[in-house]
Amino acid sequence: MSATIAVGRKPVSDTWTLTLRVLLFYRNSPALVGMSLGAPLILLVMFGYVFGSAIKIPGGEDYRSYLMPGLFVLIAVNGIMASMVGAARDLERGMADRLRTLPISRTATLLGQAVADVMANAVIIVLMAGVGYAVGWRVHDGAARAVAALGLLLLLRFAIVWAGFSLGMACRREEIAAQAGLLVLPISTVSNVYVPTAGMPGWLRTVADWNPVSCAASAARSLFGDTLGAAATSPWPLVHPVEATLAWSAALVSLFMPLAVRAFSTHGR
Amino acid sequence: MSTPAVSMTGLHKRYGRTHALCGLDLTVGAGTICGLLGPNGAGKTTAVRVLATLAAPTSGHARVAGYDVVRRPDEVRRRIGFSGQHAALDEGITGRQNLQLLGRLRHLGARGARQRADELLERFELADAADRLVRTYSGGMRRRLDLIASLITRPEVLFLDEPTTGLDPRSRNEIWATVRQLADEGTTVLLTTQYLDEADHLADDIVVVDQGIVIASGPPEELKEAIGMRVEATVAEPADVVHLETTAKILRELTGCVPTIEADEQRVSVNTGGGQTVSLPRLVRELDAAGVDAVDVALRRPSLDEVFLTLTGENERTAA
Repeated sequence: MSATIAVGRKPVSDTWTLTLRVLLFYRNSPALVGMSLGAPLILLVMFGYVFGSAIKIPGGEDYRSYLMPGLFVLIAVNGIMASMVGAARDLERGMADRLRTLPISRTATLLGQAVADVMANAVIIVLMAGVGYAVGWRVHDGAARAVAALGLLLLLRFAIVWAGFSLGMACRREEIAAQAGLLVLPISTVSNVYVPTAGMPGWLRTVADWNPVSCAASAARSLFGDTLGAAATSPWPLVHPVEATLAWSAALVSLFMPLAVRAFSTHGR
Repeated sequence: MSTPAVSMTGLHKRYGRTHALCGLDLTVGAGTICGLLGPNGAGKTTAVRVLATLAAPTSGHARVAGYDVVRRPDEVRRRIGFSGQHAALDEGITGRQNLQLLGRLRHLGARGARQRADELLERFELADAADRLVRTYSGGMRRRLDLIASLITRPEVLFLDEPTTGLDPRSRNEIWATVRQLADEGTTVLLTTQYLDEADHLADDIVVVDQGIVIASGPPEELKEAIGMRVEATVAEPADVVHLETTAKILRELTGCVPTIEADEQRVSVNTGGGQTVSLPRLVRELDAAGVDAVDVALRRPSLDEVFLTLTGENERTAA
């Protein structure tokens, strides 16, 4: 038996190994990736074809073109459920304990999983974009801005992962995390994903306009070159959706990343 | 004596209002197997979690492989293996992938991790199942893989928290064999268990923990000796009450302790005090002389169960 004691921390390679851990899991269960695509596909049919036939978007834009960027955001946001359940499961099943008895950085441990989740999300968004093309959605402003849109969506996803880890660890148990994860649904609904906010009652409209989900959806619409439908009188997040999304992502990361790392490091201490 | 592999002095650990450890002292010599024995909630798991750097002591000190667990946790982590109560494995990937990932996290490099995984799977007879998802493993296989996962870099000290709970006898024996093998190769093992025969079979030293403190410790034989011996005499049927009483009288004279008569079983038994020896031939001679027809006379060490119940019983009485 040969085994040496390696000296010193290697945060970058540790992060990558922990990324691999999650990617291997996805590779072994491709059905999971398929299922992540299931919900947005159902929403596309339900809203794009059933309700959408009766929804008129100001500016006369095709409803499905309006809906698609919103669905990309939903894919990113709904990923919070997987992050919550995964974090709670690792705590509950002792995987967190095992990782914590290794001489590796706690931040690297969680960061690896976050990176993997973002990568899996990128695949799902690209697949969804393919579906979008099939139903008539188009990128109007060129590849560079489209890539920027994808980058922005993934940044939001990265921020959401940390919120998910943090909340999932607060739940402690996998089943509780799975239930709590459903609470994101109203958050994503009170937004401009499905319909513009202009018709909502004043207070609800304010909530919806400032919702990070709306900001990201508006930003994606703007970068993909869909008509915005935002007048100069619109609230700030709708006029500057990219900035608003960046600000939201930064805020979420700076709040939840330390909380998640702390919860992970101190669990059961 | 060389530096102990594990030492704990006056360790207190409080979770909110619960006092999990109340001044635990523990020493495990290098290369030995120590069994931490106690009922549920005794503090066994907490003690192991503190030593494995998972829990911070409220007060007191603990050292593992020469390093303080609070001040030098990374040095400790480099030298330990930990296998908790749950089989901590990734269910959605294969057994081999689990080991390879842990090897990489132990910085063996991609190739080194592959080799090490192959080596361990071969050696612990999991090679056939290596490429199946862990989700499909039986409980025994999971437990074994979990144990192997804590051996990626051969640890100086291995912590096993209830390694055989819920396993069938065959899987349990496999785990036991593995633990013994590791100890033979020089690894220090600290295991917690509720199973007395497990501690009896495996451990060089047993530490009995109850309510967060050590209530007894020593080699299994010594612990049993401290409790004394048990003498049983069974009288031939149909047993005369007089015969049973005569037997009781003889046992009492021989041991100085009060025997119990179980008339239904035709049996008289007595527990002797610690350190006392009883001459079996003499007992047989005296029974014979008194005209008692004894079909079975036995002198035996108490089982660890009896030791355990005696010790924890005393502890409860003292606490009350």
